[in-house]
Amino acid sequence: MTDADTEPGVAPEERAAEAEHAGARERTEPPAASERPPGERGGGAVAPADAADAARLVAFGLQPKLLPARDAEYAQLLRRHRDDPAFARLSDAVAAGLGLVVLEVSDRAGMAVTAGEDSVFAVRMGDYARRATADSADRFLHGLAHLAVAAMAFPRPQDLADDGYIGRVSVHGVDTFVRQVCRKLEERATERGENTDPASGAPQLEAAWRVYARRSATGATKDARRLAGSTTGIIGKAVAFLVDSGFLQRTSDDAGGTYRTTARYQLQVRDSSSSAALTELLSLGVVPVGDGRPSLLPPEDADAELAPDAGLPFFSQ
Amino acid sequence: MSVRAHTVSIVTEQHVPAIRESPAPGPAADEGLARRLRALACTAPLHDLDARKANLAGEYGAYAMAEVALAAIDLVTLHMDFDTGADHEEIVARLLPRVAAQARERTTTEHERVARWVLENLLNVGSVDRGFRAVYGTFDIDGAYVRRDYDFKLIEEVPGPGGGVYLRTTDEAVNVLVGALDTDVTSAQIAAEVKLEVLINRGRLADAQLAAEQARYRTVQYAETLRRTLEATRRDVRAVDWLDTVPDMITEALDHVADRYRHENAILTNIRRARDESEEAGHRRRAAELVDIVKDCIRRHTQLQSRLLEAGPLFRAEQDRQAFAPAAARVGVDVFGQLLAPVLPQPLESAVRATDAFFTHGTGLRTPNAVRLGDLIELLVTPPAPREHLGAEMPEPDLVATPDDSRFSAEQFEAATELLDLPADAPRRLSGLLADAARRDPDLPHLLVLLAAHAASPPVGTAYRQGEQRLLFAVDDGTELDHPDFGGADLIVGTALLDAAGMAADRTEAP
Repeated sequence: MTDADTEPGVAPEERAAEAEHAGARERTEPPAASERPPGERGGGAVAPADAADAARLVAFGLQPKLLPARDAEYAQLLRRHRDDPAFARLSDAVAAGLGLVVLEVSDRAGMAVTAGEDSVFAVRMGDYARRATADSADRFLHGLAHLAVAAMAFPRPQDLADDGYIGRVSVHGVDTFVRQVCRKLEERATERGENTDPASGAPQLEAAWRVYARRSATGATKDARRLAGSTTGIIGKAVAFLVDSGFLQRTSDDAGGTYRTTARYQLQVRDSSSSAALTELLSLGVVPVGDGRPSLLPPEDADAELAPDAGLPFFSQ
Repeated sequence: MSVRAHTVSIVTEQHVPAIRESPAPGPAADEGLARRLRALACTAPLHDLDARKANLAGEYGAYAMAEVALAAIDLVTLHMDFDTGADHEEIVARLLPRVAAQARERTTTEHERVARWVLENLLNVGSVDRGFRAVYGTFDIDGAYVRRDYDFKLIEEVPGPGGGVYLRTTDEAVNVLVGALDTDVTSAQIAAEVKLEVLINRGRLADAQLAAEQARYRTVQYAETLRRTLEATRRDVRAVDWLDTVPDMITEALDHVADRYRHENAILTNIRRARDESEEAGHRRRAAELVDIVKDCIRRHTQLQSRLLEAGPLFRAEQDRQAFAPAAARVGVDVFGQLLAPVLPQPLESAVRATDAFFTHGTGLRTPNAVRLGDLIELLVTPPAPREHLGAEMPEPDLVATPDDSRFSAEQFEAATELLDLPADAPRRLSGLLADAARRDPDLPHLLVLLAAHAASPPVGTAYRQGEQRLLFAVDDGTELDHPDFGGADLIVGTALLDAAGMAADRTEAP
């Protein structure tokens, strides 16, 4: 409840009154709900108490670290969302009005909402990392760190689809993983005899992997903290941010910090971020438009670098 | 310092041929030149050190910075292990004797400053990439002249276990160091071994040492290649070809290790014989050093072998973990294959668009802070909560004063030290010292006798190691001590001066 208490804009006494109110309704609500057929109230007046409840549910959803299992009121509102379609529509409308996108409402993830692109809740790159606004290389590295963490957390498509899957990532693991991919790209470019050194004065045309490869992995600093501009520093910032978003949970300090994923992160990557990035790539004409069928095989692009003759189950299936 | 801290401009002068119609030299013709230009650029930071030492506050002309830098690269390469790299402080400490030898009259603080300056410049601390950039020109396919940026590092910092930062030399640095390493590792090693054997047979040990050291660099590089492959396997079995390439490589490497082990043991026997039979002291010492180097080679091979044996079980465990996980009913987006892998080859311009989209939709939400003035005032005027969580008050500890039971007082020790502070060229008899002591304090002769007896077999080795400048000694020349209270030998007590600096230099040159 401490999280709820610090929520801005709701004075404690209002909350107490609301909680009492909710408690009172809990006893009276079930018969009332069954009396009113769902959908009947759509065009009519909305009871202020219902609107307050719907807003409460969305407010719970805005606290991503709060688990339904830990809060009786949250759990009760979730049940109501599941059982009462009118209430569900009302809550969704409240969320939409605030500029939020509802990803899922369930016991495991709670009211999983994410910020719409122009919402006040959205995170802007400029607020996230100051350097990123001026320097497109830094901007790219910060974005890539988030993408790479997701790729490590859900290495195969079915991991992303399987609701029970819990991914594990470590800061150093993500860094070495991306470096390895970069090295493969470098080897491939060398095999083809390409000169990947960019033309002077045209940094925008430098291959993205080179930007990552030439940034140092770590560096000594005066106060023994991570060097903010190094790749582990950037990845460390990304995972710390994801922890604050309720997407990752820290499990140990090994390998620069080890984390496991939450249900919310899976939803976020599956339904929001990866499709947005995919759309962007498609518009760039990078990924061939798929036929929608799930495939264990990586797309043809990646096939070349993932050792085509490996003969592993992944490829023979 | 800007990113282009050490920009080196290498522009090839191209004599325009008389016949304009003929196509300009294509990328194929230019490739060798570009490669050599890059190799040349790698040496630039070293030259640059000597050029820029004038900018340092102070007189640093006496130091050969490029030499210190090459020594630093040597040290880091030799101290790179499988898991970590070389420790920053250790490298600085090992550089010191060489720096000190270049300017003996300067202070240790300055030597250390120079060592750190060189190491930091090799890392290029201060630039965001901690790397170097050189500009060179090539002709592209259309025959147009293009200036290109070549980015490289000499020493890079890598994360180690326990959160430390370690140093590793890059491939570029090893190439600068050993030269012409752009060849097959295996064959180069064989060549080096053969060369070593020939050299030993001819008794040319100085050259043999050089060859052995080169063999060791190659061994380290070979291990590094293998370490990368194993690491990749641990992350993703699909990333490595485990049907042919890796098993072949492991078999080859195991054969290689067995072969080298036999070979180096034979060399070891030869060198030992050379060491024992050699008459000349210089030969003997070099042979002894060579023994150490070959022993180190053998140690590295053994280490490599144990890693090779672990590779198979590691692959099977990882395959089990990754392949036999139950398949899910639905299949989501392949984050790696469909997003990460296609993004990386893109030019920065378009890659940023994809990563931005992922970031915007992938970071979740942040609730903006809405501060009410009322809340703020309440927060500011609230008295701090009583700190109950600190627990009960600590009881005042009941301390018992321990009696001072020292046999001699501090003043007596001071007086004795003063008496024993003898000039190096004038040792004295113990009897004379005792007479002096008795005049000062009746109890002082007792302390003096104890100190003199202690100095009878002084710990010379320890004193050297701790860098002591002088050492008290006592020698028995057979004269009996004639004294009412004490008996035994009338020792000669004196002070010996130690050449600590010379000793330290000797020690580090022959580890």
